Amino acid sequence: MKTFDYEAPVTIDQTITMMSKTHGQILLLAGGTDLLVQLRSGNKDVDLVIDVKGIPELNQISYDELSGLIIGAAVPCSQIYESQPVLEKFPAIIDAATIIGGKAIQNRASFGGNLCNASPSGDAIGAMMSLGAICNVVGSEGARNIPIEEFCIAPGKNALETGEMLISIQIPSPRPNSGSHYIRFTPRAEMDIAVAGVGASIELDSNLDQILSARIALVAVAPTPLLATEAAESLIGQEPSGPIFEKAANIAKQTIRPITDVRGSASQRKHLIGVLTRRCLDIAVNRAVQVS
Amino acid sequence: MSNKRVVSSTINGQQVEFLTEPQQSLLECLRDTLGLTGSKEGCNDGNCGACSVLINNRLVNACLMLGIEIDGKDVVTVEGLANVHELHPVQEAFVLEDGLQCGYCTPGFIVATKALLDRNANPTEDEIRFWLAGNLCRCTGYDKIVRSVRLASQLMNDAKEGPQ
Ligand SMILES: Cc1cc2nc3c(=O)[nH]c(=O)nc-3n(C[C@@H](O)[C@@H](O)[C@H](O)COP(=O)(O)OP(=O)(O)OC[C@H]3O[C@@H](n4cnc5c(N)ncnc54)[C@H](O)[C@@H]3O)c2cc1C
Ligand code: FES
Ligand code: FES
Repeated sequence: MKTFDYEAPVTIDQTITMMSKTHGQILLLAGGTDLLVQLRSGNKDVDLVIDVKGIPELNQISYDELSGLIIGAAVPCSQIYESQPVLEKFPAIIDAATIIGGKAIQNRASFGGNLCNASPSGDAIGAMMSLGAICNVVGSEGARNIPIEEFCIAPGKNALETGEMLISIQIPSPRPNSGSHYIRFTPRAEMDIAVAGVGASIELDSNLDQILSARIALVAVAPTPLLATEAAESLIGQEPSGPIFEKAANIAKQTIRPITDVRGSASQRKHLIGVLTRRCLDIAVNRAVQVS
Repeated sequence: MSNKRVVSSTINGQQVEFLTEPQQSLLECLRDTLGLTGSKEGCNDGNCGACSVLINNRLVNACLMLGIEIDGKDVVTVEGLANVHELHPVQEAFVLEDGLQCGYCTPGFIVATKALLDRNANPTEDEIRFWLAGNLCRCTGYDKIVRSVRLASQLMNDAKEGPQ
């Protein structure tokens, strides 16, 4: 790797000041599972690496009913799937945290890093998008919230302005009678990147026979992870059933702009989105029924 | 170079201080600065697990960390497992079950296996294969490695129960 400087501030303020005062290219370091690969391959250049793992707000995970789940931007997958409230209330988050890389990667890779890296195939992004996450961002101009569907703007590009950093990701408490799931297709079960992925969350009415609200996120089938708004809307007011899921899956297939690359062809991806959307909705609904 | 920084940490139970430039990976620091060449470089991008080490008891890839990041941390490498008298039971098991051929991947598998058995003393075959998914072996074949892990689990459980 080319030479660079390294700092490890312990507060957000220190970090923001450091970012505004330093000339040259600055990159933040969380688990480093994307960053070190990119620096080593020469894909990214940097003058100063700021390690954010020493900042308390970025390192904690908390839950209460009012604020929902707050995942500090640098919290690694293993800490997420060992967290009791996540295990109890956010199954799609568990699904994503347990399929990213293998055990060693999961001890380092954060959801915040996955999101900031803005890969079209970010599994954590898909799961968080299906749950309506909000990104808490701070910069020298102050704090702002970005809905997760607006956070990734192109492959590898996010909506952060120069001098801004991601602090945490906030996911609303699940509604009564709701369930979520994240599913992807990979040739190898572990240590592989999604050819296509789907996240969904579903809220049912108290009789469990009508869908009140739904969100569907599609992964690795467009320049960024994508919210399938029309597909989700087609479910509202309907009784959950195979044909209804099929219809939503067909709408989702129309929303995507897949490419052909080493992992799969555009037509395979389109086919996969159909299959995965149906399966994902089915499991999300089953989970909603189980928690009720 | 002028850019060197002091890192102080515990490596295999010993307090260690060393100098590193910020861009040096933990794997480079271990191998080139500290002479701990047990951890291997296979892919240098997180895919093969040959560089597996424990940081504060958690399994990580030393190639995907900076050396400077272990300041104040507790590190265990494959060199830290055996004592002067005997092999660690995981090492013993890999020898007995022929869990290695060329041996290049072995330090990584052994460290990853220790991390598994410290958390789960009786893993099923599925759990073993899932846990070791981040470690690649080009020659032994995974069946022998899985058998080694099962034997290691037995040896460690026997040791816990103590002599009859
Ligand atoms: C072997 C391997 C397997 C993998 N498998 C998968 C997989 O199955 N699915 C998947 O989705 N991903 C996978 N990944 C990628 C995944 O590990 C990363 O996307 C990870 O989640 C990124 O988190 P990190 O903490 O390592 O981020 P880093 O690498 O530290 O950072 C990633 C990017 O975000 C920026 N950044 C970090 N924190 C902040 C912040 N607070 N504010 C602003 N910018 C920030 C960094 O500057 C960098 O550009 C894999 C990676 C490897 C090496
Ligand atoms: S060398 Fe680190 S994972 Fe391959
Ligand atoms: S023993 Fe040769 S690579 Fe595993």
